[in-house]
Amino acid sequence: MVEELGSNTEGDLIINVGPQHPATHGVLHLVITLNGETIKKVEPHLGYIHRSIEKMCESLTYRQFIYVTSRMDYLSSHINNHACALIVEKGMQIEVPPRAQVIRVLMDELTRIASHELWWGAMAMDLGAFTPFFHAFREREAINEIMEETCGARLTMNYMVPGGVLEDLHPDFQRKVKEFITLYKRKIAEYDDMVTGNIIFQNRMKGVGVISAADAISYGCSGPTLRGCGVSCDIRKIYPYELYDKIEFDEVLETAGDSFARYMVRIREMNQSIRIIEQLIDNIPEGDVQAKTKAVLKLPKGEFYQRVETARGEFGIFIVSEGGTNPYRIKFRSPGFSNLSALDHMARGSKIGDLVAMMGTLDLVIPDIDR
Amino acid sequence: MNNEELKTAITTLLPTGVFEEGGDWLNVLLEPSDWLPFALQLRHQEAHYFDYMFCLTCIDWKTHLTMVYHLSSTKYRHNLVVKANLDKAKPDIETVSHIWRTAEFHEREVYEMFGVNFVHHPDLRLLILPDGWEGKNPLRKDFDDPVNMIKL
Repeated sequence: MVEELGSNTEGDLIINVGPQHPATHGVLHLVITLNGETIKKVEPHLGYIHRSIEKMCESLTYRQFIYVTSRMDYLSSHINNHACALIVEKGMQIEVPPRAQVIRVLMDELTRIASHELWWGAMAMDLGAFTPFFHAFREREAINEIMEETCGARLTMNYMVPGGVLEDLHPDFQRKVKEFITLYKRKIAEYDDMVTGNIIFQNRMKGVGVISAADAISYGCSGPTLRGCGVSCDIRKIYPYELYDKIEFDEVLETAGDSFARYMVRIREMNQSIRIIEQLIDNIPEGDVQAKTKAVLKLPKGEFYQRVETARGEFGIFIVSEGGTNPYRIKFRSPGFSNLSALDHMARGSKIGDLVAMMGTLDLVIPDIDR
Repeated sequence: MNNEELKTAITTLLPTGVFEEGGDWLNVLLEPSDWLPFALQLRHQEAHYFDYMFCLTCIDWKTHLTMVYHLSSTKYRHNLVVKANLDKAKPDIETVSHIWRTAEFHEREVYEMFGVNFVHHPDLRLLILPDGWEGKNPLRKDFDDPVNMIKL
């Protein structure tokens, strides 16, 4: 890679951003070709945190493989686990008790808020503001505390298992979640005062990293990146799983396709998640939290696919089963991988300073991209 | 279109295609040489309009490799799985990265992990693996690395 450094024959400057760089939010390595300050090409080099999770899963059973998926998109670990549980339940036709279904949706939405909080703080920091980071972490901490009480973990939850959830809710769960909703509603106005309505931020984000709807679809973008272009793609709405077809919430769409549109999608999505939590928090049915399942899970011979909506977009699991206790082949379709592939297209022709605003609103989580 | 309608439509497009049962979606198996013209029709014909490729991967069946393409349409919301069996000794298939741009990265991943050669790919090199891994394909079943691999 050394010979790539310096300049090429056309006199363009070639620089490396990362793998250790604060703006890449992890070990992402970008080789950028610059003409003056204008970006001519962005080339991601991946693999710095590649653990070959797909290969690893081939020797893990259907109870074990959930634990490694928490380590992919660690900010959406509940939702990753949810996808694993759903695919095994679909293959083995396991009925999940209603209480477990509600708990799962609650946990998913809390995760989504926590993930968007972290994104919001980190993105504001990328653009030069330090304070929002602390505000975001204060609210995120409240969610992490709720998670810690019920799941015993703050980041890698491993709480959802085939058949339901691992343990019942902590007795304080409902009270704490309601407290969090009150806190959140008081604080979200501050977010808008600090960042959303701030003219400096708006100027840095509006018209930056524009991608058209057709291009975003072609690049396989999903989640807020695609919804920022006005394309309806929320898996919770179009291919509903769990309880999402019975819950009232709106799919958030923006049309501009720039960084500010992606920003607004995430901010408004948090409000929708709060709306879902409010509908469910007083309506958790009594009963079991886990269906009775066999000690050894065996998926029938065949192919299975399950997709869910994580905080970053469409996450899919593709399992090829030979009828045994572990998958013959497993493929994780990670939303970040496809979103990152669109970065080159977005960035060409814009200034190097804007690259940070683009990467910030793509919400890249590197372990999710590398797997 | 539902699966039945899709099946009829695809039979007229590709008479040699073999349909596989099972799974939620229609599965069609084709010859690698039929893939590129078929892909163009799937993407550009108004009635199909498969504009979103959400998954592209490969399976190593020890005797041969199988490419698996998952397609869906943002307009009609129908899904289709296309498969093609490749010879392990000469795994060549046409790239579709100019039809669905997401395939460019996904094909690079399959190239390094399975050694599939995507003909006419604009930039077929390693994406995730470090330099010097060419020729060794970690996700193939016969891959073994006694130093770096921990057997579970």
